[in-house]
Amino acid sequence: MPTRMLGEPVKRREDPRLLTGHGRYVDDIDLPGMLHAAVLRSPYAHAQIERIDASTARALEGVVAVFTYDDLGPARQRMPLLIPNPALTHPYTRYALARDEVNHVGEGVALVVAESRYVAEDALEAIRVEYQELPPVVDIERAVEPGAWLVHEELGTNVAAHYVGVVGDPERAFAQAAHVFRERLVIERSAAMPIETRGIVAAWDPYREVLRVWDSTQGPIVIRNALAALFGLAPHQVEVIAPDVGGGFGCKIMFYPEEVLIPYAALVLGRPVKWTEDRIEHFIATNHERLQIHDAEIAVDAEGRILGVRDIFLHDAGAYTPYGIIVPQITACQLPGPYKVPNYHVEFRAVYSNTVPVSPYRGAGRPHACFVMERLIDRVADELGLDRAEVRRRNFVQPDEFPYDVGLVFQDGAPTRYDSGDYPAMLARVLEMVDYERFVREEQPRLRAEGRYVGIGLACYVEGTGIGPYEGAHVRIEPTGHVYVATGMPQQGQAHKTILAQVAAEELQVPIERIVVIEGDTAHFGFGSGTYASRSAVVAGSAVALAARRVREQALELAARELEVDPADLVVEDGRIFVRGAPERGLSYWEAAQLANPLRYAYGTEASELLSKPRPWNGPALPPGRQPALEATEYYSPPHATWASGALACILEVDPGTGMIRFHRLCVVHDCGRVINPMVVEGQIHGGIAQGIGGAFYERIVYDENGQPVNASFMDFLIPTAVEVPPIEIAHLETPSPLNPLGVKGVGEAGAIPVPALVASAIDDALRPLGVRVTRMPLGPSELLELIARSTE
Amino acid sequence: MKPPRFQYHVPESLDEALGLLAELGADAKPLAGGQSLVPLLNMRLARPGHLLDLNRVAELDYLTERDGGLALGAMTRQRAVERSALIRDRCPLLAQAIRYVGHLPIRTRGTIGGSVAHADPAAELPGVLAALDGRITLQSRSSTRVLDPADFFLGVLASAATPEELVTEIWLPAVPERTGQVWLEVARRHGDYALVGLGASVTLDGDGTISEARLALIGVGPVPVRARRAEERLRGEWPATSLFREAGRLVSAEIQPETDVHATSEYRRRVAAVLTERALAEATRQITRETVE
Amino acid sequence: MSAEVGAGSAQRRAIRVTVNGVVYERVVEPRLLLSDFLRHELGLTGTHVGCEHGVCGACTVLVNGEPARSCLMLAVQADGLAIETVESLAPDEERLHPLQQAFWDRHGLQCGFCTPGLLMLLKSFLAENPSPSEEEVREAISGNLCRCTGYQNIVAAALEAARLLREPVAG
Repeated sequence: MPTRMLGEPVKRREDPRLLTGHGRYVDDIDLPGMLHAAVLRSPYAHAQIERIDASTARALEGVVAVFTYDDLGPARQRMPLLIPNPALTHPYTRYALARDEVNHVGEGVALVVAESRYVAEDALEAIRVEYQELPPVVDIERAVEPGAWLVHEELGTNVAAHYVGVVGDPERAFAQAAHVFRERLVIERSAAMPIETRGIVAAWDPYREVLRVWDSTQGPIVIRNALAALFGLAPHQVEVIAPDVGGGFGCKIMFYPEEVLIPYAALVLGRPVKWTEDRIEHFIATNHERLQIHDAEIAVDAEGRILGVRDIFLHDAGAYTPYGIIVPQITACQLPGPYKVPNYHVEFRAVYSNTVPVSPYRGAGRPHACFVMERLIDRVADELGLDRAEVRRRNFVQPDEFPYDVGLVFQDGAPTRYDSGDYPAMLARVLEMVDYERFVREEQPRLRAEGRYVGIGLACYVEGTGIGPYEGAHVRIEPTGHVYVATGMPQQGQAHKTILAQVAAEELQVPIERIVVIEGDTAHFGFGSGTYASRSAVVAGSAVALAARRVREQALELAARELEVDPADLVVEDGRIFVRGAPERGLSYWEAAQLANPLRYAYGTEASELLSKPRPWNGPALPPGRQPALEATEYYSPPHATWASGALACILEVDPGTGMIRFHRLCVVHDCGRVINPMVVEGQIHGGIAQGIGGAFYERIVYDENGQPVNASFMDFLIPTAVEVPPIEIAHLETPSPLNPLGVKGVGEAGAIPVPALVASAIDDALRPLGVRVTRMPLGPSELLELIARSTE
Repeated sequence: MKPPRFQYHVPESLDEALGLLAELGADAKPLAGGQSLVPLLNMRLARPGHLLDLNRVAELDYLTERDGGLALGAMTRQRAVERSALIRDRCPLLAQAIRYVGHLPIRTRGTIGGSVAHADPAAELPGVLAALDGRITLQSRSSTRVLDPADFFLGVLASAATPEELVTEIWLPAVPERTGQVWLEVARRHGDYALVGLGASVTLDGDGTISEARLALIGVGPVPVRARRAEERLRGEWPATSLFREAGRLVSAEIQPETDVHATSEYRRRVAAVLTERALAEATRQITRETVE
Repeated sequence: MSAEVGAGSAQRRAIRVTVNGVVYERVVEPRLLLSDFLRHELGLTGTHVGCEHGVCGACTVLVNGEPARSCLMLAVQADGLAIETVESLAPDEERLHPLQQAFWDRHGLQCGFCTPGLLMLLKSFLAENPSPSEEEVREAISGNLCRCTGYQNIVAAALEAARLLREPVAG
């Protein structure tokens, strides 16, 4: 019987190391002679640098070097624009250290390298910088007004990008609609906040002439390529390794200034250099996300069917646009969600401000989109006196309508085209889980009679996952009894070592214990782009499947030759290839791997008698077209994104005296196509939901009018704890993707997307007797009481 | 986030500690549990020339009955208070409030004296002291003073302690007969500093009227605030929901909370009223075992 | 007891700390944090640092059996004390502590960065509360931030570990 590995809750192969304290995160790396770096950061949101005097700092005992912009040699150039876009007409990137102007609190001004981090921090205090303050731009609505102060004077505008997307004829749809409803909806600035901050260790190996960089990054290959180009090294002379990484959630897929500075310092000084971002730095030096202000309207017919949606929004880009306009573009494309929106006008301006730059954080523009669309749907239901589930049902893309084209170009440049799904079934399932009918008919009226404010919320979403360009995998069967699987995708907790092993084990039919997954090390695999956009399982998983299939074919061909049978007559079970119906006639993969390699040695317990058999001369040992290993490298490049989806329902209670909230139930039905490992998928959803709860109630990054961060610490930036996150109930729905060999879709960001919409829906319902409408997120108890007070005035 | 340099001293007796303080003066900072001070050192927001580590001053670690109440040495860990049957029995308000102080692994190091000396206006221990009319003992090499909370807490992170003085003890009265004590608090997350916290102690006469009511709030002003007007209004009255609601309104009128990133002044006012009403009802219920109508 | 070594601006002190049963004698600057001492002086990098202001709990270790933030203690304060870190829980990866086993079985970790702090906190908590309710577990671990798991499987693992510790499997 073939062993089924896909779909099994295989325990994680990563865990024993991590549980025993044997993980290796960047800050755990300790090299002989290593120096420690610290970055002097701008205390001003916007200022001209007049003068930097580092002489006192350089003279401090234990200080090895202080770098400013002028000391950066080949790195005295702007950081690259990583993702251009035709709508991004005014891109702007920074220097690795500010040249003459700083544009946000936290922008790097000087780099100190010293014998310890303690001394490096002493030295930061000894550097004198004279700044000429410039007017800060903080409020993005004011930033787009005529005559506004400018973040980048030379651009002549604060608008980095102006995008307009039109599907159908929105003008006509709105003109003919029975009803039009408008909302102004706001999602505040937030940030990913992995518990491990960023970190880099760089060392030049003079013996191998290799620059080795350990980096807490989601994309080591891209950084390898960039560093090689920047320092004039051959690609093989730069190795970037993402070791164990303590969470990323998007903020570690970037090319940050420190990723230039630390390798550069190591090259210049000839000693290893470590930089570990501290938490306070992380708040001002690692990218943020989320702030958007939407003016949205929906046109419906008398029965609540959507005729059109018009959404015009401002997106806060922060001070620079290194990652282009990915976030607002995703918002624009995904806003229609699982609903048919035949006429759609979406328009945004990405606006510079003197704040930390914005790039994707788990969800990447989707929580905003989902919030806007679901708020509009709830509004339609409320205004027309319809059930909220019914309005959703009436507007869903139907199961027989796939592939379904939204009509806009997605973040990967491909069409926004939903490949599969069953949205009505998804909603029906979650309504059943939460017992929607009973709650609405019996429970809620009873609770209301008791004076309690308990409401039910609904939210549905889609998520474009598994985008290109491509990922690859190398699979190699070793005579030692192992299968090596190498990919270019590092993990930050997503269990690649387990799920990719499951894929390889199933394709090859070997026990999973035999499989060794190597990831995140450019010396092992040098092509690919990284872990982001919920794409690992889809893109790398598919590449592993393709490569494993090829290796299996190689092994079968070899075995067929050896056993003198037709490959079609062979089967594989538990790592052994044998003739169908004659299990004694066969050989193991490991023997096959040895046979493939015509060497004179046969080591190891797996060596069999087959190998000691004298072989008559039969031409070259390695005939043309054959290779001495069972190995293959394959790439998978998706035609376009594959679309995961979900429906959520929650019941929550509002304490109208304090504005505090308590969840009674939180139910999720999720469709990520074929599930590789349900345990891992559920873990991803749990984590995403927790971040969504953060985004709904707790997490916001606040700047004052001078561009000073107000709550930049874990005391005041409120990550939910185990008390705030409720138990989460999950059911899976599987509509396999027709696009990839495994039928899988991504799940990484799923949970984070719908929660603000869900919570808003539930709060509205809980407070229906008071007439409250939620229009911004997050919503703390103070804001909630204010809403209640305003609606009851 | 590494501390700046300092000279480290680790006295092993109170005398030695007070001697060092007298010698080093304002350039020395006492280090108790370190749960507030070390973050400030790591952020380099505090940079004392000398750090005076009190963790070896064993004589300041005690918890005992004295003078009709409880005496707690300054170096008593918050976790010890949380575990103490004596505290649960004799000072239920402290027993309830202590669980709101940070998180478990903070309370294992955090001390009673450190929390009081830090004088954070949103911290629970100062609120308990204010609610119960506790006492704070300050000692220097040359003097000993015992202060009321109103005289000790002077402002945000500011107390009456001079640089030569240490908080060495706090004293709280034992709970009287026919008394209910309730600590209620609203914080953004479990373990966060209170947006509004309220300590209530209600004593009923034999006839069921309120003979004594004490209400202290945290998070609503620069120091813990006693709601005297509300207390006055309650005294001599029969417990009733309407009375408690009125007390809440009075509380909300006599506090002047600030707006910060987590909550507005108005929010704190409203919630102070709600917590007052709820705490009074619960305190009364504790005594009569009946719900007030 | 610690003794002062040298004088002037870079004061150093000799300390003697027992970590995971091993006595270490070192000379350190008083400002050295216990977390840095464990990680970089002793090479015990299983204890992680996530915020250095005492909120995230990743650096939680046991100090004389009580859970404490190692980022909020100075190494010199550990002089004469017994510290336990995650490295003390299991002799090797094949013989896991019931807590580690439960975290593995219940998928109680993803990136693994917060895990050592949670394990140490829970070791102490379960010793004092062998049969906690789910709510008590949630409250106990509320000083340990996890950004990956949403806590659900951590709570499940803690309850499972409590059961394993109460009823050790025979043999």
